[in-house]
Amino acid sequence: MLKIKNIYHFYLNNDGNKIVVFNGLNLEIKEKEIVSIVGPSGCGKTTLVNIVAGYIKPINGEVLINNKSITGPGRDRIVINQGDDLFEWMTVADNIRLVTKDKSEDNVNKYIKLAHLGDFKNAYPKELSGGMKKKLSLVRALAAEPEFIIMDEPFASLDYQAKEELYEEFLNIVKFSDKTVLLVTHDIEEAIFLSNRVVVFFGTPTLIKQEVMIPFPYPRDKNIKELNDFKELKIKIRL
Amino acid sequence: MKTWLIFLSTIIFIQLLFSVISNQNFFLPSPLEVLNALFVQLSQGEILIDAAMSLERIIIGFLLAVATAIPVGILCGYNQRFGSFFRPFIELLRPIPPIAWIPIAILLFGIGDGSSYFIVFLGAFFPIFINTYFGSISLPVVYKNVTQSFEIKKSVFITKILFYFSLPYIFTGLKIGMGMAWMSVIAAELIGAQSGLGYFIQINRLLLRTDNILVGMILIGIIGFALSKLLSLAEKIVIPWREK
Repeated sequence: MLKIKNIYHFYLNNDGNKIVVFNGLNLEIKEKEIVSIVGPSGCGKTTLVNIVAGYIKPINGEVLINNKSITGPGRDRIVINQGDDLFEWMTVADNIRLVTKDKSEDNVNKYIKLAHLGDFKNAYPKELSGGMKKKLSLVRALAAEPEFIIMDEPFASLDYQAKEELYEEFLNIVKFSDKTVLLVTHDIEEAIFLSNRVVVFFGTPTLIKQEVMIPFPYPRDKNIKELNDFKELKIKIRL
Repeated sequence: MKTWLIFLSTIIFIQLLFSVISNQNFFLPSPLEVLNALFVQLSQGEILIDAAMSLERIIIGFLLAVATAIPVGILCGYNQRFGSFFRPFIELLRPIPPIAWIPIAILLFGIGDGSSYFIVFLGAFFPIFINTYFGSISLPVVYKNVTQSFEIKKSVFITKILFYFSLPYIFTGLKIGMGMAWMSVIAAELIGAQSGLGYFIQINRLLLRTDNILVGMILIGIIGFALSKLLSLAEKIVIPWREK
């Protein structure tokens, strides 16, 4: 379980003014849950990712994993970034091999197969499409055997068609591996389609405007977007 | 093909120009005379020994520079404190042209190979260092974050991430460094050596053999060109992820 407890954080803008991002933020993510955080840009989504990942320390408050406070970044929670985070000088296989504990060929192949990248095992990231790169980022994260996957707008750089195809595959991979996911996005449809729960951020300092449970069972396919329930959820969640 | 045709026709044009103005008292030899001297020198073989001597010096000096500039550059980029300690010294020494070091080099290493290695080393070190350093401080934050999240060991980070990320920058440094090394070795031989292409030019200056001087210059050009081609080839082999 991941618990974000009483986070207070601010930064100084260019004029030296204090901008309070979080003033006592609380959020809990249960095991194997996929939780999306949506909100307009500048509402502290990326700051939250950085705090949960351990890249920055909040000025006050803490992030607890299984009731233990985190002190920095770690293998128990891997971030999938918005931009390219693959090592472009390593092949697909080497990208995975670098981060796994078990460096055997079988283990590396297992993850390559999970992403359906078998034909690209010895290709460099530059030779992959945007969607394939994201899948590789995901299985590379899984290869570290973390408890949590943190996704910071992972699909933002992809075009609509690539996203559509990727969502289902992403869900399959994540659900297959039984990981807990924190997804940050500005795309409401994406958030509804992928998650168990959508948390809407709003304002400065950031408040949780609403929390919406998404009732569709997994595995989900893209036809659920045509359902009236899905459309109603879209209307209910307004940024 | 086209470039070679243009090149050849330019040479022929110069030759024609020479035959038109050859009645005047002209100190420079014509292309034909230079070609003739080139054949004579090549058949005698001594100039090849001189070229080999220069090549040996440049290779040793260059490799010394590579072996020091790359690790120091990477470490300065990796460790800011290390970097801020080294940078002022390097910035202070960098503007001094290698040629200005020749008297000191001769005092330190005597006339001969030692001082040539030293001058070549100085010529190649700074461009390689600066580019390596620049490469390693340009590592995007995302890679640092990924490294922290995956808890990748420092030694693995330096050798498999920072070094490889910096490689394209390093090759830029190597190319500039090779050019500097080649210029430096000729300069060093002009003053403080008993062999090499620089020495060959110097001797022929004293003998007033301008045709041989031009032969030496041509060889310097050809070898320099070949060396930079060789480095470009090495770059393609070493950095395949950039090519595809």
